[in-house]
Amino acid sequence: MTKPIIGIRDLRKTFRSGEVDVHALRGVDLAVERGEFLAVVGPSGSGKSTLFHILGGLTPPTAGTVMIDGQDLMKMSDSDRTRLRKTSVGFVFQKYNLLPTLTVGDNIKIARDIAHVKGPLDKQFLEVLDALGITDKMDRKPRQLSGGEQQRVAIARSIVNHPAILLADEPTGNLDTENSTAVLGLLRDLNKRLGQTILMITHNPDAAAYADRVVHMRDGQLHAA
Amino acid sequence: MVYKLVWENLKHRPVRTLLSSLAIGLGVTMMLTLVGVGEGMLREQEARTRGVGADIIIRPSGSSVIGIAPPNINEKLVAWVLEQPHVAQSTGVVIYPLGGVSTVHGVDFEELTKMSGGFTFLSGRPFKDAQEAIIDEYFAKEKKLKAGSTVKILNRDWIVSGIFRGGKLTRMMLPKKILQDVTATTGKVSVIYVKLDDLSKSAEVITHLKKTLPDYPIYSMDELASQFSVNSVPELKTFIGVVISLSVLFGFLVVFLAMYTAILERTREIGILKALGAGQGYVLGILLRETILLAVIGSAFGIGMSYVTQWMIATFIPASMTQAIVYEWWPIASGITLGGALLGVFYPAIKASRQDALESLSYD
Repeated sequence: MTKPIIGIRDLRKTFRSGEVDVHALRGVDLAVERGEFLAVVGPSGSGKSTLFHILGGLTPPTAGTVMIDGQDLMKMSDSDRTRLRKTSVGFVFQKYNLLPTLTVGDNIKIARDIAHVKGPLDKQFLEVLDALGITDKMDRKPRQLSGGEQQRVAIARSIVNHPAILLADEPTGNLDTENSTAVLGLLRDLNKRLGQTILMITHNPDAAAYADRVVHMRDGQLHAA
Repeated sequence: MVYKLVWENLKHRPVRTLLSSLAIGLGVTMMLTLVGVGEGMLREQEARTRGVGADIIIRPSGSSVIGIAPPNINEKLVAWVLEQPHVAQSTGVVIYPLGGVSTVHGVDFEELTKMSGGFTFLSGRPFKDAQEAIIDEYFAKEKKLKAGSTVKILNRDWIVSGIFRGGKLTRMMLPKKILQDVTATTGKVSVIYVKLDDLSKSAEVITHLKKTLPDYPIYSMDELASQFSVNSVPELKTFIGVVISLSVLFGFLVVFLAMYTAILERTREIGILKALGAGQGYVLGILLRETILLAVIGSAFGIGMSYVTQWMIATFIPASMTQAIVYEWWPIASGITLGGALLGVFYPAIKASRQDALESLSYD
């Protein structure tokens, strides 16, 4: 049996809010296999976003073990986590988070630039761009695109450097039903076509249904579906 | 790619970019104009001095090489100088300050004409009467005077008898005797101009004159010309120093404010870059490049504006000032401005590069 690409044991995260300690994660255990599409479902305040941020290296864990693609997050410095975001993790956010001053093409190129990836886009990625339906929109600015189109660009940007895992935080939270269906279909297609490991955070059971496996989060702990 | 982002960021806020560049450029213009005016006036003064046609100049004892010479040379010395070997002609000139850098010269017109090779009158004629003055074309243009106009000099009205082509000694000339009477300097002159019968004897004549007149600064025209530089005017050097300091402060404040507000506005974008894996150096690099680009655009503006100030000076106050374009100062002024701008971006850039990715992404 191969090692899971994400291995979490007894993960804890405590924030200081004013004079009160907030225990956002209270002993999370999770293993995600390479190529798996996992949905983490839970209500607001359940700790799923905190899990997303820790896995993405955006905030350090308080205690526990978190292994991502063989790298131990607990032992990582700030700059190590920056490197993790550059090389191993791709993000898709609810608010798309495209750079407004750059075109679609440049939003994708800048992710390559940050990761010091040179040369032309590879054939596999060009096929993905085609599947995402944004090849004819490369010269447009984000404000000239619909929400669904912006989210497709964000997906393209998140995988341009072939990250080990793709983290999607409420990727359909700002989209209408039609665009949500399209985006979720594209994520599943990426998972099947490229074997891309995807961990999707959502509060929507319909969105979660696109995943191979669904886990529920409540009060900082995970529960199998 | 980073340059593209920098350029797009500058284009995204064109008014801020324009105003920031203009403000940065103002410092460059201030420096170039000041240095240009200093150089221009010195070069012009040198050209006018050479226009006299003299080979040697004798100044009053204790006077500086370029400053206005006080009329305290005994006029009898002019005749004595003429008797010295190889001296073909000598003429004494009275210089009287009118305030600022303006002066009026009292000359013996016949002698000066002979020494200089002649005046070209654009209108009118040389002075003949005691109440007449001659002026050059630049003074006439600035003061809107014509031959026959009245001009007030030393609280007296003088009739402009003629307007001559510029480049000869000064802008305003009165009969020497009259100026001596009016200024109570009868029998005194400020400078003695000497023309030789053989220019190759210049060093020999100067040595002889210095031996006989040890207290008087005596220069060949080439020696004098070499002294017409900003370095010979300590007050100008000090003033340039003040303007440079102001320009650095100006660049610092403009860039500090512009970049500080830009960074606040771009908090989310910085968060996005960090989420994509951009480190502190990458974010810092973007802001430094943006500042350098602003400074380069500002410097180009500033250099362009120095041509505008040159045109304005030449059009509106051609007699009072002359501005040269001093190319050697383009990189100096640009470099100083860039230094001020980089000082200004330092704090905002460090602040931005240290922003927490998660907090930045939550910023609306």
